[in-house]
Amino acid sequence: MDQLIQHLSLGFETAFTLQNLMYAFIGCLLGTMIGVLPGIGPTATIAMLLPATYALPPVAALIALAGIYYGSQYGGSTTAILVNLPGEAASVVTTLDGHQMAKQGRGGPALAAAGLGSFFAGCVGTLILAAFAPPLTELAFKFGPAEYFSLMVLGLIGAVVLASGSLLKAICMIFLGLLIGLIGTDVNSGVARYAFDVPELTDGVSFIAVAMGIFGYGEIIANLAKPEQERDVSVAKVSHLWPTGEDFRRMFPAVLRGTALGSTLGILPGGGSLLSSFASYTLEKKMPLRAGEPALGTGNIRGVAGPESANNAGAQTSFIPMLTLGIPGNPVMALMVGAMTIHNIQPGPQVMSSNPELFWGLIASMWIGNAMLIILNLPLIGVWIKLLSIPYRWLFPSIVLFCAIGVYSTNNNTFDIWMVGLFGIIGYVFHKLECEPAPLLLGLILGPMMEENLRRALLLSRGNWGELVTRPISAGLLVAAAMLLVVVLSPAVRSKREEAFVDED
Amino acid sequence: MKIKRQKDFYSGLLFAIAGAAFAIGATTYNVGTAARMGPGYFPLLLGSMLGVLGLVVAANSLRAHAEPNTVGAIAWKPLLLVIGANLTFGVLLGGISWLHLPALGLVVAIYALVVIAAMAGSQFSLKSALVLATVLAIGSYITFIIGLSLQFQVWPTFITG
Repeated sequence: MDQLIQHLSLGFETAFTLQNLMYAFIGCLLGTMIGVLPGIGPTATIAMLLPATYALPPVAALIALAGIYYGSQYGGSTTAILVNLPGEAASVVTTLDGHQMAKQGRGGPALAAAGLGSFFAGCVGTLILAAFAPPLTELAFKFGPAEYFSLMVLGLIGAVVLASGSLLKAICMIFLGLLIGLIGTDVNSGVARYAFDVPELTDGVSFIAVAMGIFGYGEIIANLAKPEQERDVSVAKVSHLWPTGEDFRRMFPAVLRGTALGSTLGILPGGGSLLSSFASYTLEKKMPLRAGEPALGTGNIRGVAGPESANNAGAQTSFIPMLTLGIPGNPVMALMVGAMTIHNIQPGPQVMSSNPELFWGLIASMWIGNAMLIILNLPLIGVWIKLLSIPYRWLFPSIVLFCAIGVYSTNNNTFDIWMVGLFGIIGYVFHKLECEPAPLLLGLILGPMMEENLRRALLLSRGNWGELVTRPISAGLLVAAAMLLVVVLSPAVRSKREEAFVDED
Repeated sequence: MKIKRQKDFYSGLLFAIAGAAFAIGATTYNVGTAARMGPGYFPLLLGSMLGVLGLVVAANSLRAHAEPNTVGAIAWKPLLLVIGANLTFGVLLGGISWLHLPALGLVVAIYALVVIAAMAGSQFSLKSALVLATVLAIGSYITFIIGLSLQFQVWPTFITG
């Protein structure tokens, strides 16, 4: 306990400098601004804004990025509630009850419930993160290459389980991502693999170009291909903001349940906000209705407060595997790992001891970011509503421009612009063929790490693959991965899963 | 034979081809043994697995009781214009040395990108595209050049010399 307080105070000391507070604020502001724009989720937002943080010192850059992440999530909920347009899969469930409430003229309380619930969940999530990070880091130091390899297998399988649509195709996307991640110079032999004598390719394929191309350009092209009326945005009116006492009584238990669910599920590899919000909505649906309460799906405040809290708690705790093990559980964390690598910080258990300011500063700034969102968003809601009504014909050329400028500034090299164009085309192909792109991005980040750990594990075991299943921790992780697959493939869960994702299309 | 699930069939085919290409490429590097993995080992392993999985996806799409779906029309206009805008931006910003195309700098590139991309929308007006480009050019100049002091060439080479 003492240690926790000591750690947190170090964190707050770091985060509470004027400069870092400012970056947290700018991050939240920019994240919300871009997050409210319809059709842009946190992954695209972070990919787009990542290059803008290169020039900052590492702590400030990560603080700003974390702010962007929360901001874009919060902005996404605003859009989901007021326009019925989820920017990302995790806010799909928010649209169910949130938009119904907005239609009944209760958009204000829905927004407030989302904001207050998220803030509460964010506080709890931050505390859990601070409490669980040190013991997990201890555990991580016991991990050898075999355990890391198995953990990554589990993480990737976890991510696949969450992908909507065909499981087999999602696994293929992982393999494709891993392979694309291997393009470039092999660290061990110095051989430039699949580089075709292109000097830029020896550094590997830039994950920013891939993320921007697939999540930015691919989405834009797919959006433009839809008929006009499907894109037309009509914003529900917001009159009063504050929920009634009755609302508070209803949402409070939902917030508690959502927070508990979200903080647990967020830690799991492949978890994070998506799984959390779906699970929370399912739970709220199962809870008995009180007298006079509207059914879920028809504008019940619990359907907003629960998933929104779960989603934010999950977003917080999904930082745990990323910060302690260096393994990203979802595409947003994959981008954070990429950002850390750019600042010459190798994510993993050593970050906590070698960069304690960065580690605890980031955690403290998460709480600050959550607090700022509340302060920022409830009064500024009018501004966000204005942003929502920007016509798409102005929006998409601007997004294309920001992606192009951003990717160019990464290396000051036009080669990255060609790459983002190429992956834009690939992204559109994936969209057409209904291949979920998120597993590809995870594979891309994990490719070289997985190869290196497998190489070391097999070197130590003298080429014996059996080592992966005879070492207890490694075996446990692999069994967990296998069980996940079995569970998902079982007919009962399969139909449930399809049901859960059916609203996404 | 009629392909029931076109989306799955083509994606499976695509995965199989990509997997095979990576696997064949991997054999040109030193594969090594499990104890001493060469640069070709892991890609060969992954590529072969992807190739097989791709074939399974494609084969599954042919099953008789598969629910049919089709790929549908390709949106050539937004595809070509958005990607074209991006490529034009790169060419104008950086120039292409082997074609002796000089770099025209950020401002010209922004105008070109915005106008070309805007044409992908359903209602295009050159005037509003130019207005948007002007706003974005000023905004980008302030944020990226002044604010973040990124190293961009702003004006064409023949003006700045």
